[in-house]
Amino acid sequence: MSLTILTIDDSRTMRDMLNAALTPSGFTVVQAEDGEHGVEVLDGMEREPDVIITDINMPRKDGFAFIEDVRADPRHRATPILVLTTESDAEKKQRARAAGATGWIVKPFDQDKLIAAIRRVAAYSG
Amino acid sequence: MDAMEAIRQTFFEECAEQLVEVETGLLAFQDGEADDETIDGVFRGVHSIKGGAGAFHLDALVAFAHAFETVLDELRSKRIEPDETFVRLTLRSADALSDLVAAARDGETADTAKSDALLAELEAVTGSADEKAEADEDGFAFQPVTVDVSTLFGAEAGETTYTIAFRPHDKLYARANDSMTFLRELSTMGEMQVTCDTEALPLLADIDPEAAYFGFVVTLTGTLEAEDIRAVFEFVEDDCELQIDAASTDDADASFEMELATPDEADLLVLQAMLDGTDQDEEAIEATDEHASFADTEGVGAGDPDTAPESALESDPAQSGISRSSGSEAGKREPEPSRQQDPEPAKDPSVSTPAGGKKEAGKPTKAAAGQTIRVDLDRVDRLIDLVGELVIHQVMLSQRAVEAGLTRTCDVATGFEELEQLTRELQDSVMAIRAQPVKSVFQRLPRLVREVAEIAGKRVRLVTQGEWTEVDKTIIEKLSDPLTHMIRNAIDHGLETPEDRVVAGKPEEGTVRVSAGQRSGRIVIEIGDDGAGIKRDKVRDIAIEKGLVSPAAKLTDDEIDNLIFMPGFSTASGVSELSGRGVGMDVVRQSIQSLGGRVTITSEPGKGSKFTMSLPLTLAVLDGMIVTAGDETIVVPLSMIVETMRPKATEVRRFGGEARLINVRDRFLPLIDVGLLLGYRDRPGDPTAGVVILVEMENGDRAALLVDGIQGQRQVVIKSTETNYGMIPGVGGATILGDGRVALILDVDRLVTCSREAGHSLDPATLQAAE
Repeated sequence: MSLTILTIDDSRTMRDMLNAALTPSGFTVVQAEDGEHGVEVLDGMEREPDVIITDINMPRKDGFAFIEDVRADPRHRATPILVLTTESDAEKKQRARAAGATGWIVKPFDQDKLIAAIRRVAAYSG
Repeated sequence: MDAMEAIRQTFFEECAEQLVEVETGLLAFQDGEADDETIDGVFRGVHSIKGGAGAFHLDALVAFAHAFETVLDELRSKRIEPDETFVRLTLRSADALSDLVAAARDGETADTAKSDALLAELEAVTGSADEKAEADEDGFAFQPVTVDVSTLFGAEAGETTYTIAFRPHDKLYARANDSMTFLRELSTMGEMQVTCDTEALPLLADIDPEAAYFGFVVTLTGTLEAEDIRAVFEFVEDDCELQIDAASTDDADASFEMELATPDEADLLVLQAMLDGTDQDEEAIEATDEHASFADTEGVGAGDPDTAPESALESDPAQSGISRSSGSEAGKREPEPSRQQDPEPAKDPSVSTPAGGKKEAGKPTKAAAGQTIRVDLDRVDRLIDLVGELVIHQVMLSQRAVEAGLTRTCDVATGFEELEQLTRELQDSVMAIRAQPVKSVFQRLPRLVREVAEIAGKRVRLVTQGEWTEVDKTIIEKLSDPLTHMIRNAIDHGLETPEDRVVAGKPEEGTVRVSAGQRSGRIVIEIGDDGAGIKRDKVRDIAIEKGLVSPAAKLTDDEIDNLIFMPGFSTASGVSELSGRGVGMDVVRQSIQSLGGRVTITSEPGKGSKFTMSLPLTLAVLDGMIVTAGDETIVVPLSMIVETMRPKATEVRRFGGEARLINVRDRFLPLIDVGLLLGYRDRPGDPTAGVVILVEMENGDRAALLVDGIQGQRQVVIKSTETNYGMIPGVGGATILGDGRVALILDVDRLVTCSREAGHSLDPATLQAAE
């Protein structure tokens, strides 16, 4: 069964790139445009996504707040969340970790590495 | 590759949007109207550009965006006190960023001199912060451990054996990580053995299903560095105890003190049974009966951290292979349902809060923002053309119906009326698709003003108004050039130097005000400055010198001001290189006129000048009055018409040679004989036999047009005479009437001007003075 990935990024470019990287590899990609929208989309999903990939700098609700919200909801607290961002400083990583992020990937991403990371946290190796 | 190209295109489209947001935000900041959200928006814009640019390996853009972003971050976190110099630096950086984006888009090499200089300035601002960040980065990096490979027993050449002690904290699981994933990752790096330490596991009754009780000792042999191992745990290093040692293959030699215990089988079975009761599938149960494998733990691991199955990890060397194959099983991902059924989380109030309700309260839905589609403009244009044709045919059809003798009250005629209304509504709706706020043009102005001001050595504040005024896209595109030119003119000629302004008792900084608004079916754009106003003596002298007016001519202030639009005037010596650029105001006027628009100037000495540019909202349709002159049918734009009247003989007076005036409520207006002026007849028409149409022009002046008769009001589809034939003074375009004939659409302002030039009439101002 294909893994469902929820991606959250305010940049259309980045959403398109994620889609282009994941869909051909057999992932089902669901997208949201910011943290606020991400929460709405997540709540509306029939099945919990296998992995959530979120940006940090977004309008309305940033990645940190989004992760906190997701983690605070018992339904989503075990869903792996990968942060995908251009940032790489330790303080931001620490904040993401504190919010409950599962992993951290730096943009621009390498397609194979991204997929490997998804499979790793989703415990999928097929 | 096509997909990449499409994304690349999206990226540049998005860049354009973000650059606008960045500039708008910075300008708001400059005006002191920015809040934290504005600065965040600016930061995000630059940040997104950097992110996308990185994906396309646009290194120059990434470097610059990064420096810019760093500065903005300082601002955002209030570590910088923004002064005027700083604000200007950010604005100039936004311009440079825009240039770099454009260069990247067009595949050109950017002029790096400018951006490099700015880069240095930006870095100077954040110099100290950067150094700090680098230091952080260093501290964060792993210090490699020196290992003497040759002493290791059993290791092949180049291989090292590491002993890794890994003990997850509760937090690791709370962040949806799983010890499993790390162990599996390690297993791909070399030969692996895992021992689970269950020492900390309490009695069953005391188990907190969310707590972490197990530790793992991994022996890993392979061609790898300790760094590689640490990298696996990089993101969770604070969520676990991790110790990596180069060791021999013998477990007994492990140098750390973790006690290794074999799990008690009885305990295991009990635990397993407990888990079976929830959601463990049959396969997993079977597996547990033998040796618990990684696959078993998988089903529980992510959801129920460190409960029983992991304690079964008494691994043998073959298990590095098993761990990889276990993935298909793991793919099932059972933990979520188990989570939901699990009553335990209620223990922790912060966790059990039903967050769903909290989130939904009072939040705007995303739907409203997302309901737009992108359509190729050609399709819209085609639609507009078709609707235009539809309108023409609908008119023709109803006219045929009248010709066929149908009365106005019959059902068919009523049907035609309804059809006409629908067609009209359809046309309006279609036009609305192409309508855009003038914002897209206005948003380019701040940069223009900055650049022009810098070159001219003046200080200028730009105020824009009415940027949401909507106008047809075809007009928007053509607004930019004349607007640009008039603004250059306003800054270069209108505004004084800061010193002169101070002498004149004005603030050093001049103001250029650009406003847009709709007025009687037209868009009116005003460009005003608070400069010195037009130096009429000088303008007059130049005009005389150029032979544009006779030295004897008595000119009103208004006429002198408008001399600057005369062809040939702008080449005068007084025009600097800046606003000159090879284009005179006459060309500006011409380009506006070709759009069916017009431009006028008003000026007040010492207080400033104002250009007023008026354009139709669309180039596609027009509400017109259909009139006859001579034997021709012509269209007068309805928006210009004030009233119509049948003049009495006593109201018309001769003035000078051919010119005639008409007395309208004790005011004399020039009477313009349209048929004569357009050459439809040779002799002046009889005013008492015709109809007079009173029109008001852009500058507020009125004139009276004499025509033979009025046919009625109609919406007409404009066909450009300029494209299809050539420019005719006094004619704004043409249309096809119901009977299939072509009718000219009058450009009233131009027509009145023509009549003055032709000497058929006199200027109303002079006439009023003569009264």
